[in-house]
Amino acid sequence: MNRYPVWKYILIAVTILLGALYSAPNYFGESPAVQVTSGKSTLKLTSDMVAKVDDVLTREKIPHSELSFDGTGTYASVRVRFPDPDTQFRAKAVLEKGLNADPEDPSYLVALNLQPDTPKWMQTLHAAPMYLGLDLRGGVHFLMQVDTKAVLAKRLQGMQAAARSQLRDKNVRHAGIERSGDTIVINFRDNDTRQKAKAVLGEQMPDVTFADSGSDSDLKTVISLKAAAVKQTTDEAVKQNISTLSKRVNELGVAEPIIQQQGPDRIIVQLPGVQDVARARSVIGRTATLEIRMVDESITPGTELTSAIPLNSELFTVGKGVPVVLTKDVVLTGDYISSATASFDQNQQPAVGIDLNGDGGRRMRDATSTRVGKKMAIVLFEKGKPEVLSVATIQSELGSKFQITGMGNAENSAELALLLRSGALAAPMEVIEERTIGPQLGAENVAKGMHSTMYGFAAVAIFMVAYYMMFGLFSVFALACNLLLLVALLSLLGITLTLPGMAAIALALGMAIDSNVLINERVREELRNGASPQAAITAGFDRAWATIIDSNVTTLIVGLALLVFGSGPIRGFAVVHTLGILTSMFSAVFIMRGVVNLWYGRKKKLQSIAIGTIWRPDTK
Amino acid sequence: MEFFRIKKDIPFMRHALVFNVISALTFVAAVFFLFHRGLHLSVEFTGGTVMELKYQQPANLEGIRDSLRGIGYEHPEAAGFGTAHDVLLRLPVVKNISAKDASQLVYETLCKAEKGALTQIDNVNAKGEHVVKQACMSASGAEAVELRKVEFVGPQVGEELTQNGLNALVMVVVGVMIYLAIRFEWKYAVSAIIANLHDVVIILGFFAFFQWEFSLTVLAGILAVLGYSVNESVVIFDRIRENFRKSRKASVHEVIDNAITSTISRTIITHGSTQMMVLAMLFFGGPTLHYFAMALTIGICFGIYSSVFVAAAIAMWLGVKREDLIKPVKEKDETDGAVV
Repeated sequence: MNRYPVWKYILIAVTILLGALYSAPNYFGESPAVQVTSGKSTLKLTSDMVAKVDDVLTREKIPHSELSFDGTGTYASVRVRFPDPDTQFRAKAVLEKGLNADPEDPSYLVALNLQPDTPKWMQTLHAAPMYLGLDLRGGVHFLMQVDTKAVLAKRLQGMQAAARSQLRDKNVRHAGIERSGDTIVINFRDNDTRQKAKAVLGEQMPDVTFADSGSDSDLKTVISLKAAAVKQTTDEAVKQNISTLSKRVNELGVAEPIIQQQGPDRIIVQLPGVQDVARARSVIGRTATLEIRMVDESITPGTELTSAIPLNSELFTVGKGVPVVLTKDVVLTGDYISSATASFDQNQQPAVGIDLNGDGGRRMRDATSTRVGKKMAIVLFEKGKPEVLSVATIQSELGSKFQITGMGNAENSAELALLLRSGALAAPMEVIEERTIGPQLGAENVAKGMHSTMYGFAAVAIFMVAYYMMFGLFSVFALACNLLLLVALLSLLGITLTLPGMAAIALALGMAIDSNVLINERVREELRNGASPQAAITAGFDRAWATIIDSNVTTLIVGLALLVFGSGPIRGFAVVHTLGILTSMFSAVFIMRGVVNLWYGRKKKLQSIAIGTIWRPDTK
Repeated sequence: MEFFRIKKDIPFMRHALVFNVISALTFVAAVFFLFHRGLHLSVEFTGGTVMELKYQQPANLEGIRDSLRGIGYEHPEAAGFGTAHDVLLRLPVVKNISAKDASQLVYETLCKAEKGALTQIDNVNAKGEHVVKQACMSASGAEAVELRKVEFVGPQVGEELTQNGLNALVMVVVGVMIYLAIRFEWKYAVSAIIANLHDVVIILGFFAFFQWEFSLTVLAGILAVLGYSVNESVVIFDRIRENFRKSRKASVHEVIDNAITSTISRTIITHGSTQMMVLAMLFFGGPTLHYFAMALTIGICFGIYSSVFVAAAIAMWLGVKREDLIKPVKEKDETDGAVV
């Protein structure tokens, strides 16, 4: 009766094998590598770079292996492995020199890095080592708060200006437009005008609501953004800040940065390996500006580099459409750009649609009305260095909405849109949490977590075997499987392991052994009450099951509560805790039963089982 | 091996009053210390900056405090930990120093106090990882003060964390109560929750009495141990129910005594084996896990006591009866159906 059908044994064997496979990458360690990324917003890294890197390294006779190209767009990188840190060092210097023409202004960033030594075939099965949290590997962690109020204020400012210009265009007479809190209030003298104004504005602004108030000749309409529009505005601002941050972090040459949104208006930035908080913060908090300027028409195209530059103009040589001479007068700054999206024009050619806010439309109109057929340029200033993003011919008078076309392909338009959006931060941010952990401390934490798990496991194992003999051995086997499965699951799901997470692993093991104790005690009790060994095993497992479920339900409630309300270190704890409960139910009951069945199940005339002393009150 | 050779049921319930008085006294003491001394909350809750520094020379704590007072911290907390070279600074949010720049300013000040200069160093550690950092180098070229860890938490984050911590506690309590009420009956749910919440308060009392640092990790540990020890009460209640079914004649006292006696061996063994793991963390886990393990240890020890002695006793005072658990079979109405 204590026999499993064959499929159950196969299931156990397969689970353990999978567990071993997916936890294996954690034992391989890492080898030194170098990562090459683009150092400029306008320079895109393509797969051609692999050959270039290979060339440079081969020329300098530096042994290397496994050149690979990862990612797309702004996040692309080329990685190369080296046999030892010395070579890695040399390679970094060689690559920096070989790839960059001007060391003062590098086009490519070369960063030292560690690559997991997981065998290729394992990588194809998506088996990867656990990702260690900052407290275990060292690095900097920032939590940034995006000032969504400022974003909304900017949006409202734009709406106010738009409303004013639209009413003027349509010749609707109002008695003043003002901002009050999160709304815009327009005053009118009579109701007809008010209705007409609402009709005009309603057409242009789909995502607002109007509320009328006032009486007689003192009429008002209050315009407020719909909740969905408010959310969209802040969401976009946060997204834009994230993309700006990603680009900047790229420049720090951090191997595996994490930049993600947390909650509606926060951004987490984690930079493993970076120790210099001051520099990291200055790079992240840097302000970049966009400027729209007119091309100086007095210079004949083609002679920019040779002719004398007028006093009120500047020569730009970096970016697209250069060399170009631009006047020093700034038509608009990036603050006026409320959105930039890649789209297609009426001829199905790739284009970038730009929306301006505030009186940006008016400024643009003033600047372009007399300059149709001339050229204007968009310049990004970062770290004080200018970079021309686009030089375009003005086809007609431009307003608060206009398009840039003639970019060739859709990829270019997407890139320009991204640069226009992310060149500057959409909204101001401030650091509200910061954590720096030295690499040595990280390594110490890993060792401490490992040691406590190891020694705890050993103590439990010794006790179990001494107290429950054979059944203790089965329990320890089940516990080991639990650890294996838990580590495999954590690696497979790509969960970041933190020190509290490691504590949760140890605690999960401590709680998992409970199930085995429950089973063993119950089997002993059945034997004490005179049941035959086989019957005792069956009854023991069956009766203990209800209690095991009970205990796991209560712990699961805790795990879920921590998952729902926890953040940061608590989340790491909660995830491991919850997963640990699930794996423990599988291993402590299912796997242990399987082993017991395999060992004792076939013996029909089983006289006794090794589960330690069965003491009866009536014996001495 | 068999540790528990108990021949007769132990008359636990005869002494129920004594146990309840003991727990009431500990509880009151815990509450007293909680209010009197308060919890030593970590910066995660209060907001502020924590810095871990390693000095080349044995650190002069008073000197460090003086330098900190010099830049505007009224009550700087500087404590040694581990060795004489390691210093832990805990700095509250103060008005005249922008919270974000506090760590940088403090590091500069302390570096100057050691007659060192801040310089950028760029090196590679043993693992081949590239490390660029700002270091405080003394004149002799050694690193005078090493910045090992910085933690800055803004005050708004602290408020949220406190709120979320309370939310989590409420969710656990409500969740467990609902579960127990479904599984048993309200009297058991109430007594199990009282027994285990009293553990939580006692753990907090210990943290208040010894002024141990109460961090988020400790909170997670307390909640984990709450869920864990509720389970022990469940086991005993399970037995009580089973005994009510089996022996119709036994009194409530006897039923509870027998239930506790027959489960005590496994209660102690399960808790003991979990405690082994926790002890491993307490001894080898380092400072971060130390208080986490401490909270678990107190929780596990008091968990045994409260689920064995307190929960059952409260259930008894609340007047559990066999009828509560075993639904009386309704006698079928003979005059079922239409009656003239």
